[in-house]
Amino acid sequence: MCYIIPSFSTLTGVISRNGALIGALMLSACAAAPLPEGTNDPFEDRNRQIHAFNVGVDKALLRPAATTYDSVLPEPLEQGIANFAANLDGPGDVLNNLLQGRPGPALENTLRFALNTTVGIGGLFDPATALGVDGDPTDFGETLHIWGAPEGSYAEVPFIGPTVERDLVGTLVDVAMNPLRFVLPKPESSYATAAKLASRLGDRSRYSETVDSILYDSADSYAQTRLLYLQNRRFELGQTVGEDNFEDPYEDIYAD
Amino acid sequence: MRIDAAPLRLTRRGFAVAMAGAFAASLPIPAQALTVDQARGLIDKAVADVNRIISSGKSEQAMFGDFEKVFAKYADVPVIARSALGPAARTATSAQLSAFTKAYQGYISRKYGRRFREFIGGSIEVTDAKPIKTYFEVISVARLQGEAPFDLRWHVSDKSGRNLFFNIIIEGVNMLASERAEIGALLDKRKGNIDTLIADLKKI
Repeated sequence: MCYIIPSFSTLTGVISRNGALIGALMLSACAAAPLPEGTNDPFEDRNRQIHAFNVGVDKALLRPAATTYDSVLPEPLEQGIANFAANLDGPGDVLNNLLQGRPGPALENTLRFALNTTVGIGGLFDPATALGVDGDPTDFGETLHIWGAPEGSYAEVPFIGPTVERDLVGTLVDVAMNPLRFVLPKPESSYATAAKLASRLGDRSRYSETVDSILYDSADSYAQTRLLYLQNRRFELGQTVGEDNFEDPYEDIYAD
Repeated sequence: MRIDAAPLRLTRRGFAVAMAGAFAASLPIPAQALTVDQARGLIDKAVADVNRIISSGKSEQAMFGDFEKVFAKYADVPVIARSALGPAARTATSAQLSAFTKAYQGYISRKYGRRFREFIGGSIEVTDAKPIKTYFEVISVARLQGEAPFDLRWHVSDKSGRNLFFNIIIEGVNMLASERAEIGALLDKRKGNIDTLIADLKKI
C-alpha cells in the first residue's frame, strides 16, 4: 500500500469520474470484471506531461536522496526499516482480504503481522518469512477488481507514478481506511509515515539499475513505464490467465 | 527477506530430458514434434548455461559475449528481431532485415546481460511446462539474493525448424511487447530510417 498522500488538486478530475464508479460498485458487487486488453490511455498527452514531471522529481530529488540514504545507512538498519514499513501494511491487507471474501489470505496476513510485530520486535525483523509465512500483500485496488470494477484508463499521478483509475481510487481508500491511522497515537503515526518514506528511498536504491534503465535508458520511458505497470498489475490480479494475452510472432510471419 | 543461494540443480531425470532436448534441438524436426518435456529440457539447458555464466566470475564484457552466445543458441533471434521491428519489418528489404537481426542480437545481449548481473548469487529453477495454443510455456522461478522469488516464463516453439524460445515473461511483463515499444520508439526518433537504426543499435 502506498502512503504518499497525493496532491489532490490534480486528482479531482479522475476522482470525480470515479465517484459514479464507486457508487455503482456498492450496488452491483461481485460481477466479474472484464478482462482488460491493450492500453486504454485516452489522456496520453496529459499523462506524458505528468510523466516528464515525475522523471524530473526522480532526477532532482528521489534518485540523489536514495543514493545518499543507501550510502549513509548500514545495510542491517536499512533492512530493518524496510521490514518495519512493510509490516505496517499488515492490518490494511487483512481488512482488504476480508472485504474480498478471502479468509485464507486474511488468516495468513494476520499471523504474519502478529509474528513480526511480537517476535520480530515491532516489525524490525521478519521471522514470519523464515517460518514460511510469506503473507499475501493486497490493496483496495484488488478489492475493487474482485468486486467487478473495470480497470479504467491509464493515468500517471504526480509523485506516485503509473496507475489506472481503479487502482488510484484503491490507493486513496487504502490511505483513508488504514486501521493504523485510527490506532496509532500522534508521534508514533508520524514515525510510521517516516518509515514509509525511508523505505521508498531504500527501494529506489535497491532497484536502482532497473528503474534507471526504464526512466533514463529507454527511448520512450513513458511507453515502457505504462507497459510495465499494466502487464505486471494484470499478472498480479490473475488477469493474464486467458491465453488471449499471449502472442505468437510466428503467426504474423506465416500470415504474410 | 529470504536468501536462497542454492545453485541450480539438474535432477537425474531433468538431466536426461535436457540431453534429449539438446539432441532434438540439434536436428531439424518436423512440425508438432515438440513435446512438453523437450520444451522444458531446452529451458533447463539454457538456464544451466545462464547460471554457469553468472557464477563464472568473468568480467562484465566477457559475460556479455557469453550471453550473446546463449541467446543465439537457444532463442529464435530472427523472429524476435522481426517482432521487435513491428510493422517496419514488412517494408524492409531482406538485406536490411538480416543486418537488423545481427545488430539487434548484440544490442539485446548487452541490454539483458546487464540485467542478468542481478542474478549473481541467485538461481533459476524450472518448475513446470504446458502447451499453449501452438507453442509451449515453460515456467520457472527465479530466486535472487534478498528478494521474494519471482515468476519467469519462457515461450518455446519449433516453428523455425528447431526448438527455440521466442519470448520471456517476467512477472507478467512480456519481452516481445516491451521490445516492440522500444524499437518502435527508436525508429520513430530516426524518422523510420532502418539503416540509421541498424548503425545506432551497434552503439547502444
